[in-house]
Amino acid sequence: MSVLHSAPKIASNEGVRDALTTALGKQVLGSSEEHGEIIITVARDSIEDVLRTLRDDHAYQQLVEIAGVDYPDREERFEVVYMLLSLTKNHRVMVKVSTDEDTPVPTVTTLWPVAGWLEREVFDMYGVTFDGNTDLRRILTDYGFEGHPFRKDFPLTGYTELRYSEEEKRVVYEPVELAQDFRSFDFTSPWEGADYVLPGDEKAEKEDGE
Amino acid sequence: MSGLSLEQSPTTDGEVISNYTINFGPQHPAAHGVLRMVMELDGEIVERIDPHVGLLHRGTEKLIEYKTYLQALPYFDRLDYCSPLAQEYSYVLAIEKMLNIEVPERAQYLRVLFAELTRICNHLLNIGAHVMDVGAMTPNLWVFELREDCLNCFERATGARMHAAWFRPGGVHQDVPLKLLTDIGEWVDGRLPELFGDAMSLVMDNRIFKQRNVDIAIVSKEDAIAWGFSGPMLRAAGVPWDLRKSQPYDVYDRMDFEVPVGTNSDCYDRFMVRVQEVYQSIRIIKQCLAEMPDGPIATDDRKVSPPKRAEMKQSMEALIHHFKLYTEGFHVPAGEVYVATESPKGEFGVYLVSDGTNKPYRCKIRPTAFSHLQAMDMMTKGHMLADATAILGAIDVVFGECDR
Repeated sequence: MSVLHSAPKIASNEGVRDALTTALGKQVLGSSEEHGEIIITVARDSIEDVLRTLRDDHAYQQLVEIAGVDYPDREERFEVVYMLLSLTKNHRVMVKVSTDEDTPVPTVTTLWPVAGWLEREVFDMYGVTFDGNTDLRRILTDYGFEGHPFRKDFPLTGYTELRYSEEEKRVVYEPVELAQDFRSFDFTSPWEGADYVLPGDEKAEKEDGE
Repeated sequence: MSGLSLEQSPTTDGEVISNYTINFGPQHPAAHGVLRMVMELDGEIVERIDPHVGLLHRGTEKLIEYKTYLQALPYFDRLDYCSPLAQEYSYVLAIEKMLNIEVPERAQYLRVLFAELTRICNHLLNIGAHVMDVGAMTPNLWVFELREDCLNCFERATGARMHAAWFRPGGVHQDVPLKLLTDIGEWVDGRLPELFGDAMSLVMDNRIFKQRNVDIAIVSKEDAIAWGFSGPMLRAAGVPWDLRKSQPYDVYDRMDFEVPVGTNSDCYDRFMVRVQEVYQSIRIIKQCLAEMPDGPIATDDRKVSPPKRAEMKQSMEALIHHFKLYTEGFHVPAGEVYVATESPKGEFGVYLVSDGTNKPYRCKIRPTAFSHLQAMDMMTKGHMLADATAILGAIDVVFGECDR
């Protein structure tokens, strides 16, 4: 597919994926190249070694970002995505590991000091723990917050709301009370990917079964 | 400065020297918003800083998951409210990259033009605030005049002074009047360089300003890279890295401009890099104005970009397209991309995961200030308390973006 868009142009991806997967060897679980992005999935326990190899031998000097993603249907529901940038080769790659609520991911604060807060954020938002991060406190949520808000099963409205109470002269926390239910507008066309049954459609299913 | 507590530390000769732990912020004018820093001081020397961020966390990334791609766009204006259009830029480019759609040339020029105007607007604010943080009042008032001109330009083009929502996947929302372009041309030729030059002449060689900034918070090249610095913070450290140059998007590859870098990597260099960038932005704006062709301002792919109002009065198909776009929205093919652009503050990235529906599955925003602020402890250690404001001013932090 020819490139029509005008998004940032990095150095060519050609051969990079093969070179990196070969260099990383058995630690690689899978790799893909879509939309012009190289994504390498690696074993969770080897993430530190993989990133060290990429940093020292393949000139990906900068860890730009760590992102968490939640896929509740998967056995290991969380993905942790490391975005790397090479200033000398002018190239970007993404490295992924997956984990669940209980299994910690090895920290990469040993390689980049910037990973400290980035890991704290993933921990705060998704509850993914990082083994070896000595300062794994919450970072973006409120002091004393409970739960991990970016998980897909955490409601958009949250559980508590707070207001200033004139009687008690302080801010009080209360359970969320909505004047009207949260309205989720589903405009997806019923012909493409809507996951509800249109009234009357259940009859068609029955006929098929008989 | 509340929360004063005394801590006994073992010293000799019966004299007890104790470290103070104080709160800097969250309601401090030099904290540039809602930053709380717990500082441990030895006399007036900063021993340790623990920045507490997140006081402005609004869950933007979560909210975006519940909106269609187009409805999510205005959230980006509200991240870094000092440079709204620069934030939209990464997001629309990420969508365009997944959809792989072509953007008409005029739209590309318009986006570059307004991104640079945003850069000037942002740098004016930061330069003014930085100067005021270290004690000078006048330049700030002058550059605010210029910032006002900038905001008026945004208003004339987009209808909003700050929250523009003007960049759209596939182009921009509306074309600009010719008079606006000529006015911008006159402004960058006359008033802007004159007034800005005057204001900067007051501080650039000012003895007090230099005393407060030169040799403050020196960060080596290696440290700057390891701590994830980007933008003027990285360039001040002497790394000639500018995404507009190295990873050009839209028509930046046709622009002739220079990347100013620092030599000493201190607060003064960070300030001067920004001052020079304003002049480079002026160069880019002039080229945009000179080269901008006529033509459409958004893609003609009606599955992404809505039809013209007039067309809807005539064509049933146009009406359907309009209706579908503003209810269901467009679908983005499944996949994931990370797109970063050079926002005025540094590398502003968007990691977008699509599951093929009309809403983003996940949209991670890579803020610029997050990594810079993390290095606050490293940069401030050993400096005086008063230097903390200069360092913070030179970071150019906006909490809407840092906390998301």
